[in-house]
Amino acid sequence: MRRQIQFKLNGESVEAQVAPHETLVEVLRDAFGLYGARESCGQGLCGCCTVLVDGTAVSGCLYLAALAEGAHVQTVEGSRELDAVQEAFVERAAFQCGFCTPGFVLMTRQLLDEHPDPSEDEIRHYLSGNLCRCAAYPEIIEAVKLAAQKRRQS
Amino acid sequence: MKRATHATETPQVGRSVPRLESWLKVTGKAEYVHNLRLPGMLYGKIFRSSVAHGRIRNIDTSAAKALAGVHSVVTAAEVKTIVPDPFYGPAFHDQPVLAVDKVRYVGEPVAVVLASDPHVAEEAVHLITAEYEELPAVYDEVEAMTSKSIVHDELKPAGTFPDLKHLKGKKNTNIALDFRLRRGDAAKAMKGADRIFEHRFRTQQVMHTPLEPLVSVAESTDSSITIHTASQSPSFVRIEIARLLGWPENRVRVRVPFLGGGFGAKLYIKLEALVAVLSLLVHRPVKISLTMEEQFFTITKHASTFRIKTGVSNDGRIVSRDCEVWWNGGAYADIGPRVTQKSGFTAPGPYDIENVSIDSYALYTNLPPAGALRGFGIPQLVWAYESHTDMVARELGIDAVEFRRKNLLREGRPQATGTKMKDAAIEKVLERTAALIDWGKPLDRGTGTIKRGRGIAVGFKACISNTTSLAAVGVNADGSCTVYTSCVDMGQGSDTAMAQIAGEVLNLPTEAVTVVHSDTDVTPFDMATLGSRSLFHSGNAVKLAAEDAKRQLEVLRKELGLPADCPVADVFRKKYGMRAGSVMGAGNFIPPYTPPDENGQTDNATPFWMVGATGVEIEVDTETGRVRVTKMVNVADVGTPINPRVVETQLSGGAIMQLGFTLFEKMLFDADGQLRNASLAEYKIPGLLDLPAEMVNEAVVAEQRTGPFGAKGVGETATFGVSPAIANAIQDAVGVRLTELPMNPEAVYMALKK
Repeated sequence: MRRQIQFKLNGESVEAQVAPHETLVEVLRDAFGLYGARESCGQGLCGCCTVLVDGTAVSGCLYLAALAEGAHVQTVEGSRELDAVQEAFVERAAFQCGFCTPGFVLMTRQLLDEHPDPSEDEIRHYLSGNLCRCAAYPEIIEAVKLAAQKRRQS
Repeated sequence: MKRATHATETPQVGRSVPRLESWLKVTGKAEYVHNLRLPGMLYGKIFRSSVAHGRIRNIDTSAAKALAGVHSVVTAAEVKTIVPDPFYGPAFHDQPVLAVDKVRYVGEPVAVVLASDPHVAEEAVHLITAEYEELPAVYDEVEAMTSKSIVHDELKPAGTFPDLKHLKGKKNTNIALDFRLRRGDAAKAMKGADRIFEHRFRTQQVMHTPLEPLVSVAESTDSSITIHTASQSPSFVRIEIARLLGWPENRVRVRVPFLGGGFGAKLYIKLEALVAVLSLLVHRPVKISLTMEEQFFTITKHASTFRIKTGVSNDGRIVSRDCEVWWNGGAYADIGPRVTQKSGFTAPGPYDIENVSIDSYALYTNLPPAGALRGFGIPQLVWAYESHTDMVARELGIDAVEFRRKNLLREGRPQATGTKMKDAAIEKVLERTAALIDWGKPLDRGTGTIKRGRGIAVGFKACISNTTSLAAVGVNADGSCTVYTSCVDMGQGSDTAMAQIAGEVLNLPTEAVTVVHSDTDVTPFDMATLGSRSLFHSGNAVKLAAEDAKRQLEVLRKELGLPADCPVADVFRKKYGMRAGSVMGAGNFIPPYTPPDENGQTDNATPFWMVGATGVEIEVDTETGRVRVTKMVNVADVGTPINPRVVETQLSGGAIMQLGFTLFEKMLFDADGQLRNASLAEYKIPGLLDLPAEMVNEAVVAEQRTGPFGAKGVGETATFGVSPAIANAIQDAVGVRLTELPMNPEAVYMALKK
């Protein structure tokens, strides 16, 4: 009962055979060997599975892969070089175990696309759907501020 | 990535080096067992008990087996064909690989379905049925002391810990350890005291919820097995699996890449025995990944009850303290008996008290098992003794910090065990916390329904002992360096710290050092990565190994007639006539320790002390009961930091985690022992909106003289003072005292209504 879908993955046109119940995270993992988006809570509440579909962050553990037909899917593996957000996360030590980090990176990119110079309150609210059990939150806030600064300067 | 391998004179210790694996983590490429898929691998899904206590009458797996795509269904009967006595555990051999004859809590694994497609396996689990003859259950730790419901028919100590030996074969009891400490004469001194205060405190059961849920994979031949597992204790896993299988250790290989969080959840045996047996049964690789929900049925933090009684003199000196602590260990002991003893002996707090009595009990109940969680019991104890200390100071009309100053356990003075305090900056930590939280200065008390208050608390912890760590340090022909350790990096930054220590000894930049992840075929024994022991123990072992490698290089230089500053690459080239060879240094660290006598007395209870204090300013909304932390200060004695930035983030992270346990996290059970909130939808953990508005994290200037370059552990220290500091601030703000965690809006509101 699999069917073929076509979509753009990190800028490249790709195809995959997907079953109706399969989620985007499963297909990224099993068909493309991409592990950056990862299922954790399984309920779309922690943000570890965040991917961008046509520029909008979605919970990849709930998003059915079939719905990605014709869309542009972006994952943390999308860029070969570190972008301003990733650089800032490294420089501000904004992670510990790293399991939630790809989700935070993608959500931060979307935040900065919408709010190039976010206030601390905006950062806290915008990223409140991403959880970090190591609680690197103060460092994440600092990293987002630094990333915004880096983006404005470039 | 370009990495330098040239020698450097720059100190590596004390550098805030970004984590060595930073690039891997921000690009999503870090290796976790979560990612691992092997050819031909089967997925296991677990069928779990629906009753809290019962004898298994029947398990019907026929419908599950008949489902298309199911490979097999396994119960204890099949497990026994591989392991005849399938019980494991670090303290007691009490936990079955799959339930044998009896179930002891709701959620206990009873059967496993294997299939190539995990969705098929999951569907099949729902087709299994089981019949139980239900038995009366016990849930409360104090009731378990005298309950007629007995969780285990007979106690089976593992034989590893001498203080459990007397429990062997004991029947009709739920007490898995009765630790006792007596110093002076607490009862007599209590009679002579001017004032006596007695309170009772409780903490709730909570879960670690690492975002990478527990996961293990096993692949085997008939004579060897490899287990890839998200474990904090690979060496223990190897020993325990070898024991269960009756195999020599060298046929069991345990590999651990990065962990997506641990916090004490991923210790000892969790899924490893199960995947090992399954793989040997079906001759295929087997993976079991728990869901977030299933984690709540696997390992938790002890709920506890603590009765504390203090006698004081009119001038504010504590003359006697009597502590009784009951630890709710759930259905299997896990490491609970060590929590009971190792934390138990610090129950009177960091105070200089001549007369102390401690009774600390590990109890079996019919709840999910409890083990280690970031603090190893200490946060539960500090919660009680620092709330109590504050209440006593208030009653005496003495300032809370002044009362602590009067009674503080100072350097060189004996703690309750008789062990003299050494390198424990208790006074410094307390004073710095008080200064940073503006203790004694005026505070805006708030207006209307918002009331403001301030609170402080200080706690301390001993390190688990007697434990050992080994390490090896290789210097390669090009001068680069490889560290071999079974210390596990679960996010605390140990890889980077170990590389800094090796780099410091060998005059190499940290970035030139690679740390090989735990692989028991390659990396030497290490007791486990737990209890803030690794920087001290594994760090010392790495330092010894690096020094050994350095000595070997010096010998080579001398032998070859080369100057002392000759680059390593040239030494090897001269020796072998080409780029070849390496030296391997070995380090074996085990600090001295004296086991306690029958009164809990010893002259050497711990290799080092951890000291942490928290000060808070809070707001209480009297209309809703909601507590908001507006400022939080965490100060710690971590010795001399190896990596100051990582130290700061460990303090911050530990304190925020404890903030969740303080204000809202709680596993909720119904009357039948069913957990009602096993998901992040109903069990909330701290997010960005829960952060204190202002946070300061600081390590005082200190030195642990026996530590590697003056350092000691930091992973748990900031958790100690958080809960009582907030309770003390609530009383300061609104005059009510909470004695049970969590202090959620409902609890605060109800206390205000009284």
